[in-house]
Amino acid sequence: MIQFFNVTKEYPRTGLALSDATFRIHKGEFAFLTGPSGAGKSTILRLTYFEERPTRGEVRVSGVTSSEVSRSEVAKLRRRLGIVFQDFRLLDDRTAEENVAFALEVIGTRRDQIAPRVQRALSQVGLGSKMKAFPRELSGGEQQRVAIARALVNDPFVLIADEPTGNLDERATRGVFQLLRDINASGTAVLMATHDLELIKRTDYRTIELDHGRVVFDSTDSAPPPTPSAGSRALGELT
Amino acid sequence: MRLALRDALFAFHKAPLLSALSIMTIAFSLFAFALFGLVAINIKRALEGVEERVEIRAFVADGTPVEDVVRAADEISRYREVASSKIVSQEQALARARRELGEFSDVFEAGVLPASIDIRLKPGSRDPRSVGAVAARVRTLGFVDDVRYGEEWISQLHRLRNIAGITGIALGLAFAVVAVIIIGATIRMTVLARAKEISIMRLVGATDGFIRRPFLIEGFAKGVIGGLLALALTWTAAATIEYYLKFRATFFDDRLVLFGLAGGALIGLFGSAFAVGRHLRRI
Repeated sequence: MIQFFNVTKEYPRTGLALSDATFRIHKGEFAFLTGPSGAGKSTILRLTYFEERPTRGEVRVSGVTSSEVSRSEVAKLRRRLGIVFQDFRLLDDRTAEENVAFALEVIGTRRDQIAPRVQRALSQVGLGSKMKAFPRELSGGEQQRVAIARALVNDPFVLIADEPTGNLDERATRGVFQLLRDINASGTAVLMATHDLELIKRTDYRTIELDHGRVVFDSTDSAPPPTPSAGSRALGELT
Repeated sequence: MRLALRDALFAFHKAPLLSALSIMTIAFSLFAFALFGLVAINIKRALEGVEERVEIRAFVADGTPVEDVVRAADEISRYREVASSKIVSQEQALARARRELGEFSDVFEAGVLPASIDIRLKPGSRDPRSVGAVAARVRTLGFVDDVRYGEEWISQLHRLRNIAGITGIALGLAFAVVAVIIIGATIRMTVLARAKEISIMRLVGATDGFIRRPFLIEGFAKGVIGGLLALALTWTAAATIEYYLKFRATFFDDRLVLFGLAGGALIGLFGSAFAVGRHLRRI
């Protein structure tokens, strides 16, 4: 479903961000990306939703290949991804309901379908009663739930979360993490970057550890690394 | 489209000050352009008025038979450059001189002034070369004693017209370029003010075309509103000048007004397209 083949990412000014990373995230899997700041976690996520392109190597997401993808194909792929950030990225002048509806409106969803889907997504994250609240009226944990609802409203096959609990207190962190687990349990894969080791220890989910742009540990690294041709075969099975 | 229209309206509502600033910038840029255009049009009209007085006068030798003069005048009026030709008899020449010289009218006696053929030229044939060519042709007629057409005066007038035209085009282009740059910058401010919204749109899968649409509508609307304001400002300025300088100025005709409004709309549209395109290429 998500495949990295010997991916290296270099920036002109800051240099090497990711070096020769090869791994695969399977359908319905929950995987942590961990490591210290600057290890390359966010780079992997940005490469996954094609915000960045690899300097070398190849990224494949649901049959879309980094070396061939166009801007319009990226837009279409993102409609099937859910993306969540540490800073929530909500529109401050719109209510929770409007923020979630925004994700449907901008891809041309029929008007009569928007309201029920928004209601369902907000109920799924436990905010069915706060649909009319503006972000400033919500706690950090609630704001992140709105962001998750926005990510879920298009029924993504994977939820990409970049430090989703980074700005939250312990209680809110537990709540948001449990929500991500529930989402995963319902069949959506979750790829979550975090440096919260306590969170990782609490579960037996797959963990990919990075350091200085290299994958230094993969808890399910038993199989040999995939090759592009093997990846193509796997893609057919998984997507 | 409904959403794009709503977003464009929402942008006005969300940042009224910035929107007003953009519209005022467009209005003042177009106003400066229009004011200059108005000056250029009035200079052009004034020069055209002077040019209309360009005339060739072919003096007829004494004793020339009237039939020869009439035949020649008829032939001259058929020249491609000639609008009309008129025979002025000795008596008519005397009456005209007395009329034009006022208090010195009694210095002329009957028979002093020669008869002439007065030739008026078509617009577009009043430049020194065309006038000179017609004069040279008329001079070849046997009974013509002399031909006068104010050679030096016509050259000066033509030079002045050329200078005014070139200056007009250069300054007009400079104003237009400045207007486009300023408008592009103000629209870029509105794009930057909505950078977060654009980044979220891209994350949830909006296409570049979809993201661009409300900005294009916004730019177009601002261009039209700015154009209307500029039109009102120009009209007020022209009326004020007329009132204080007691000068009957020529204003833009309907075609030019529409052209100006369309120009404002296009500047707004292209300024927006440029600003959003640049922003989208960067993110």
